[in-house]
Parts: sequence; structure tokens; C-alpha cells
Amino acid sequence: MSTTHSPSERPREPGEPTLVLRRVAKSFGQVVALASADLTVHAGSIHALVGENGAGKSTLVKIVAGLYTRDSGDFELAGESVNFTSTAESKAAGIAVIYQEPTLFPDLSVTENLFMGRQPVSRFGRIDRKAMRAEALRLFERLAVRIDPDRPAEGLSIADQQILEIAKAISLDARLLIMDEPTAALSGVEVDRLFAIARSLRDEGRALVFISHRFDEVFALCDTITVMRDGRYISTDDIAAVTAEEIVRRMVGRDVSDLFPKQETTIGDVLLNVTGLSSPGVFSDITFTVRSGEIVGLAGLVGAGRSEIARAVFGVDPYTAGTVTLGGTRVPPNSPTAAMARGMALVPEDRRKQGLVLESSVARNTTLSIRRTLAKAGIITSGFENAAAAIWASRLEVKTSALDSEVGTLSGGNQQKVVLAKWLATNPRVLIIDEPTRGIDVGTKAEVHRLLSELAGRGMGILMISSELPEVLGMADRVLVMREGRLTADLPRAEATAEAVMLAATHPGGAADAHTGTPNEAVAS
Amino acid sequence: MSGLRAFARARETGILLALVLVVVVTTVKNPSFVFSGDGWRDLLLTPSILVLVAIGQAIVIITRSVDLSVSSVLGLSAYLTGRLFLDVPGIPIILVFLIGLVFGGALGLINGALVAFARVPALVITLGTLYAYRGINVVWAGSNRINASDLPKDFLALGTGSILGIPILAIIALVALVIAGWYMRNIRSGRELYAIGSDPDAANLYGLRVTRRIISAFIVSGALAGLAGVLYAARYGTVNSQAGTGFELDAVGAAVIGGVAIVGGSGTVWGAAIGAVLLLTINRALPILGVPDFWQRAVVGVLIIGAIVLDRLLALRQSRRLVEARDDTNV
Repeated sequence: MSTTHSPSERPREPGEPTLVLRRVAKSFGQVVALASADLTVHAGSIHALVGENGAGKSTLVKIVAGLYTRDSGDFELAGESVNFTSTAESKAAGIAVIYQEPTLFPDLSVTENLFMGRQPVSRFGRIDRKAMRAEALRLFERLAVRIDPDRPAEGLSIADQQILEIAKAISLDARLLIMDEPTAALSGVEVDRLFAIARSLRDEGRALVFISHRFDEVFALCDTITVMRDGRYISTDDIAAVTAEEIVRRMVGRDVSDLFPKQETTIGDVLLNVTGLSSPGVFSDITFTVRSGEIVGLAGLVGAGRSEIARAVFGVDPYTAGTVTLGGTRVPPNSPTAAMARGMALVPEDRRKQGLVLESSVARNTTLSIRRTLAKAGIITSGFENAAAAIWASRLEVKTSALDSEVGTLSGGNQQKVVLAKWLATNPRVLIIDEPTRGIDVGTKAEVHRLLSELAGRGMGILMISSELPEVLGMADRVLVMREGRLTADLPRAEATAEAVMLAATHPGGAADAHTGTPNEAVAS
Repeated sequence: MSGLRAFARARETGILLALVLVVVVTTVKNPSFVFSGDGWRDLLLTPSILVLVAIGQAIVIITRSVDLSVSSVLGLSAYLTGRLFLDVPGIPIILVFLIGLVFGGALGLINGALVAFARVPALVITLGTLYAYRGINVVWAGSNRINASDLPKDFLALGTGSILGIPILAIIALVALVIAGWYMRNIRSGRELYAIGSDPDAANLYGLRVTRRIISAFIVSGALAGLAGVLYAARYGTVNSQAGTGFELDAVGAAVIGGVAIVGGSGTVWGAAIGAVLLLTINRALPILGVPDFWQRAVVGVLIIGAIVLDRLLALRQSRRLVEARDDTNV
């Protein structure tokens, strides 16, 4: 694709690479998760793997871990071709993975968690608890941490859970340790401790892969960096040879095409006004407005708190401080019904779980939100249902043979249209839509975009949460960017470039409207 | 010292104290509840069969499943026992025991395979097999009945006999309990059952053989219910197509009362066994204490709900304590 550096340009060359992936591909049905991924990791190196959400990093990790099997491509470990079909096999081959979410058994003791499935045994296969406990203490001593080996894993801080995962990896004597965003929930001190451990493992000659969105950490810790985009390998460089800006450019580096049929609209009065919204540990001090006729994009990395804000505004989740007003009247917290009555609608992120009754008909799903108004003397006939649904189905061009076919049988794009129809039937003034085109094919995507644009043209205020930068940049009149529970930028359409948004989403102090706290302020507070 | 403290803190200790309390109070009211040949024998004999089934149930629940089919397995195995003695004259008793175990294990294997491969919750699968196995029993037995006169004397003696004042059934239950308890605490695959129940997704990521373990838990539960069926025949002598009906709920109740968390991952077979003894002992104690029959099932219900509420409270207190402990060390 763009700049490709051959491994021979690397400054250090400590022999056979520990891990080599070449042109690895993986698809799930129609969806291509990995198109062609390359990754070469050497012993004694900490290798950063970066890319946007959906670039294929997690899929790649899962292939290396044996959770997925690749469709094609080479996968070599220390020069030998391997083919894992289970995590047990990758573990036996010396690969340890620390997942984003720690994977512990809350009911069992810290010691048991460390050694589950490979406890030291004495005669008759009896687990040698004394030896196991001593080994746990030895590991903790080596990591210079104090964790009670007898306490249950339940209630451990995220940092300690990460430490446990690392201790597990060390006790496995793993030659390749992959850490998938291990610092996402850690405080500054804890990150320092983690990095010290990572460096000592590197110095022992192990290979480490470090996946992170925090460039300050990537540049502080790693020696090599590989960029992925859209399931493809983009580049591998010595970390000293690149800048954060250059990496960001490669991560987003596609054209924000004019695929997005953005209509020019006249932007009217403020419809939705959110002031000082806070929920401890999730998001804090969120203030923004959405005007009539305006599409406001809410960008940020997964886990930055975007969906949580949408849910709080709509009254699904509680918040501890702040107010939400719609058209000047206060929307009470914790009441989706009240939010709906005032003219708000929320199209959730996971349409299959939160937006649809998959076993029910298209008509029934479409009219689910207006059952009360549809009922005559408390009874709804399918005649009413079908009549109401037909209006929306035709307006949104839902492609289905019949209104009484099960929603579960429709394509993702058509399902999304049914969810939209359901909410549009309530005649909202403000529409909050979370990941409007996730898992939808390109053609239908454009239709959804056209529809959103049209709705805004008719004066609706739209808050659109999206992890797809092109979509945000193409559709939004204004882009809000979140990072770790805080709004870090509010960019008008003209200033909202891919670089500016990514920087605000990943870099502390990187945005124009900067927040200047420590990297972990939001988490710590 | 630490052993003593662990004992005082264990979830099982409370339930054991409750059992002792029930026995003491009832004995004060009517000394023959314990201090008579029959009283002592009944105290140990009555819960023995349920203890066996509850052990298997606890193992399954610990893996975050449930086995509702145990009562039907027990019934089928009991009827099979009778048929074996009728249709194969002179069959060795030990062989009947083995057949009961293997037969129950096979029915358990069907449960486990359905749960593991069909990916349908165990509650639904075993509710289905609860009816299906019972249906087979009804078709097979019809209106026939096994009578005590059909069974060998030596076999019936097992059901009522004692060694050194301890009923043989109780000894069998205790042996099974000790083996299961030791296995669940000291053997890798036993610990993996806890891990699977605690977090099935994590167990997969750990590379544990989740499917195999879940199936084996169901096999053990089935085999113990099969063994319980043989003992049922020995104890009561009379077996019709409805033998053991209702046992499944007693077994789940015993496990829950004994501190086996219904969401899996914690509890012990010892707790479940004590729960089984408590459940049936209360049933016998209530009439002596003057509680009308009518209320007995309600008392059992209160006990089960009380145990769950207590579990929940303990868990909340525990997690608060753990979080506080964490904050202390981190500051």
C-alpha cells in the first residue's frame, strides 16, 4: 500500500524472528476482518501494533492466540509454520495473550487463577497447594507486587488483574507476550509499573506485542511500530524514525470520499442541550448542543464513553450531575418514556440485541414504539400494524417480500432500516443514532446516510455516534471528539480533518480544544 | 489455628450448625428422635439417597448448569434394578450396582452431550429429559410394580442393614461424598469445573476443555442418580413407574441450601450433602415440633429462599470487603 519498510532496514537484527505473519486473511461470512496482515516480531523487542477501530488488530491477535484459524497466509513461530486450533495449543507453543478484558475466575483464589489447568501435582495427581502458593509468591516477588495469593480474584483492581495476567504469562515462560490495550484502565503509577515489567521481559529476550491507542505510551515503550488499516498491513518502522502525526496519517490515510450525500441544510435553534453531564468512572462534565437541522458527529475510540452518553441522555442509564433539555424543557433523568414523549429517539448500537425483536415481523417491529397510539380500545389488529408499517417501509425502502416476514431473516442493512423506521414512527425532534452503519454493506450504507441527511434537512437534530471516521467527517456538520470519558474537541465541519479527530481521540493535549490533564485523569476521578 | 478459622468462616459451617440446632431442639422435645434404635437409624438412613443425588447435582451446578432429570434417572434405574433381579435370576448384586451406575452415567451422557453441543441451556435440556426419561419409564413399567418379594433378601438387607450401628446406605453415601469432595478440591479437572462455572468465557481463553468437563459433570450426576436408584429399590422394595418423582427439586434445593451458588463457581459437595440432610431432617422434625403437615413444604421454601438471600448478602459483604482491602493497599 503506502510506505513499506523491509525488515532488513531494521537497526537490530537478533536472528530468527519469534513471530512471522505473512498475508494472513480472515473473513466471517461476507465480512472481511483481515485482508492481508503482515507482522514480524523479534525476540528482545517490544513491537507496537496500531490502527483504527476495526483495522483488524484484535482479529490478528485472536489468530495468533488460536481462537480463530486463518483462511490463508503464513503463520510462523520461531521459523516453524504453525496452525493453532485452540488456545491450549498456542499456550503450549509459548504464546501468552493479555486481552483487553482480563479473563479471570472471580470465585477462585489468586493462586488458582495463576495455575488453572496446570497446577503442580504430587502423588495421585493431587494438587500441591503449598508448592503452588510458593510459586505464586515467587512470581509476585519477581514482579515486585504485593497481592495476597489466597484472596479471591473477585474485587481485584483492573491493574492487579493485569498484573495477574502478566504473572501467568511469565510462569508459562512465554516467548511471545501479546498485550491488547493493557493500559486502557490503568493509572499513571500502574502504567509505569507495567512498563518496567515489560522492559525487563524484553531484556530477558522475550518478544512483546503492545497494542495501544495511546501514542505517548507507544513511543515511550516500544522500539518498532506496525500500522494496520482496513485489515491490511501498512508499514513497519523503527519507532525513532517516525512521528505520531505520521502514524496517525497512515492509520486514517484514506480519502474521505464524497460518497456521503451530505445535503446543505439551514441550521436552526438549539434543540438538545446537554450541560455538565457526569457519571463517575464513565464520563464527566459533558456539555454540548444539537441544533435543528444539524448532524453532530460524536467520535472517539471504542470505550471512550460515547454510547454511555447517548444512553444517559436518553434516560436508559443514570447520571449523577448535569441536565438535559430538549427544546427548552427539561428531560428528567432515568426515563426513556419521558425522553420519547419530549421527542427524542435512540437507535442503539447493537440493533440485534437492543433494537429489534428478531422473531417478530417487520410490521410489528416497526410499530413497536407507537403501540399505544396505534391501539383502538387497547387492541391492536395486524391491519393497523401493517398499514402504519407500510408507510415507513416504503419510505425507507426496506427490501422485504412481506411485512410479516421475520426481522431476523433480513440483511443487516434492512434490519437497521427497520430499527430506524421504528423510531421515526414516533416523530422525534432529536434522533440519537449509535453506529448507524456498522456491519452494513456499502450500498445500504449510502442509503442510510442519504436518509439521515434528508431527516436533518427536514429540521431534525441528529447526534450520530460512529467509529468510522469517513462517516463522521462526511456526514457531520460538527464533530465532537471524546477521549476517556471527556469531550476533548468540538470541531466545525471545516476544521474536522481525520488527523485532528484522531489526535483529539488519542493524544492527551493533542486537540485544539485541549484538555490538559494527565493521561488517566478521567479514569482516576 | 488457621484450619479452625477456615472452618469457622466456611459457608458449610452455618448450615451444619443449623442442622445440629434442628436435631438438638427436636431431641429435647422428643428424645427418641435420636436416642432410640429407630430414631438414630432414620436420622442417617432417610437422607442417604438424596445425599448421593445432591452430590451429583452440586457438581453440575458448580459448572453453571443444572440437572433436573436426576429423579427420572433414579426412577428408571430403580425399575431396571427390579427387572434385572426378576429377569436374570441369580444375578450378582454387585453387578446390579455396576449396571445401575453405568446406566445412569449413560443417561447423564445424553444430557451432557445435548447441553454441550446443542448449546441450549441445561435447564431446558434436562427439563426435557426429565419428562422423556419418565415417559420411557411409564411405557416400560406400565402398571407393573416391583415388589419386595421379587427382590433377593441379601439385596433388601443392604437397604435396611447397618454396620456398627451405621446404616449401609449412609456408609455408601459417605464414601461417595468423601471421594467427590476430595476430587473437587484436589484434582485439576475438579478445579476446572469451578473455573468453568466461575467464568465460562475465561475458561475457553485459558484453553480448558470446557465441553469435555461439562459432559463429565453430567455423567457423574447421572451415575450417582443411577446408583441412588439401585439403593432406592433396596431401601423401599417397592418400585413403580413413579419412583423418585420430585427428587430433582429436593436435590437442587439441597445444593442451594448447602451454599452451592446457583450461578456456578462456588460451593462444595460437602455443603450440598449437609443441605440434603438438613432438608430431610427438618421434614421429619416439624411434625414432632407440632408444625402441621400443611406448613412443612412452606418451611422448606423459606429455607431455600433464606439460603439464597444469605448467599447474596455474604457475597455483597465479601465484595465490599475486597474492594476496601484493595483501596487500602493501593493508597
